[in-house]
Amino acid sequence: MPLSAKKLKVGDTHSEKVVEDLHRTQLVMYSGTSGDYNPLHSDEIFSTKVAGYPSVFAHGMLSMGLTGKMLTNYVGDGRLTRYGVRFSTQVWPGDDLTATATVEAIREEGGKHYVDLVISTRNQKDQEVINGYATARIDP
Amino acid sequence: MAVKKFPVEYTHIMMFARSVGDENPIYHDEEYAKNTEVGGIIAPPTFTQASAQFDPDFFLRPKAGKPWLGSVKNPTGTPPKPKTEGEKKEGGGGGLHAEQHFEYHRPLRPGDVLSVTVKPGKKWEKEGKRSGKLKFSETISEYRDQKGELVVTARGVGVVTERVVEQK
Repeated sequence: MPLSAKKLKVGDTHSEKVVEDLHRTQLVMYSGTSGDYNPLHSDEIFSTKVAGYPSVFAHGMLSMGLTGKMLTNYVGDGRLTRYGVRFSTQVWPGDDLTATATVEAIREEGGKHYVDLVISTRNQKDQEVINGYATARIDP
Repeated sequence: MAVKKFPVEYTHIMMFARSVGDENPIYHDEEYAKNTEVGGIIAPPTFTQASAQFDPDFFLRPKAGKPWLGSVKNPTGTPPKPKTEGEKKEGGGGGLHAEQHFEYHRPLRPGDVLSVTVKPGKKWEKEGKRSGKLKFSETISEYRDQKGELVVTARGVGVVTERVVEQK
């Protein structure tokens, strides 16, 4: 169900747990579909022994994709006009991520209605892994 | 990274959605999708990232018969040259994704054939708390459809860190 300008107010939030106990295999799946086969995300030996990280870690774009699920569940399919993020902390196997959108503004432009959202995705330690924004077209 | 032809296909959309843990039927169920506002299967919002699959030279894809960065019998198939004293001090580090921004002009659908033009954007530097000097650079990718119309504009920011990011 698309959002409606009449029913929304600034400060409204929508939150979803977008991944629980992130599996290494999920990183392999994302490498396979996105085409980003960087061994940092799938090759534990390379990531630890050559790159010096504690383990493989998630593609930033996987975290953005997981966060995008919360967003499209909230605003509806095909309604996004903008979506942008900063990756602030790496995401590791075993992490739980909760993504939240907060209504920042509800506005009308050229006879169309839009909602501006602030986005924050946090891990189980309450560290922010993604912060960003999105805009979606909404019903009057 | 210029991609001349990026065909958007049903199976790729289905698998991409699975890989971001999204079971929304709009990404795989034609019957369901027919009766929705968008009227058919569409691609998830970050799908254009998969254009790497259609870049013949993408450096993060292993190529048959060529040495590969990742582990083989040894931890890497392409051992680096011995480091200079300066490089030893700098330690690990490397390229990471810092930011990604999308502007959507319309949803992508199976059957679309995209072409991508890439242009470099700004470059800047910052001193990081957990990984030393950070060098940022921006890339702007324009995705156009078979009619030449702009469908998605993507702006990515990459960062090269001086050393491996310290963990909290």
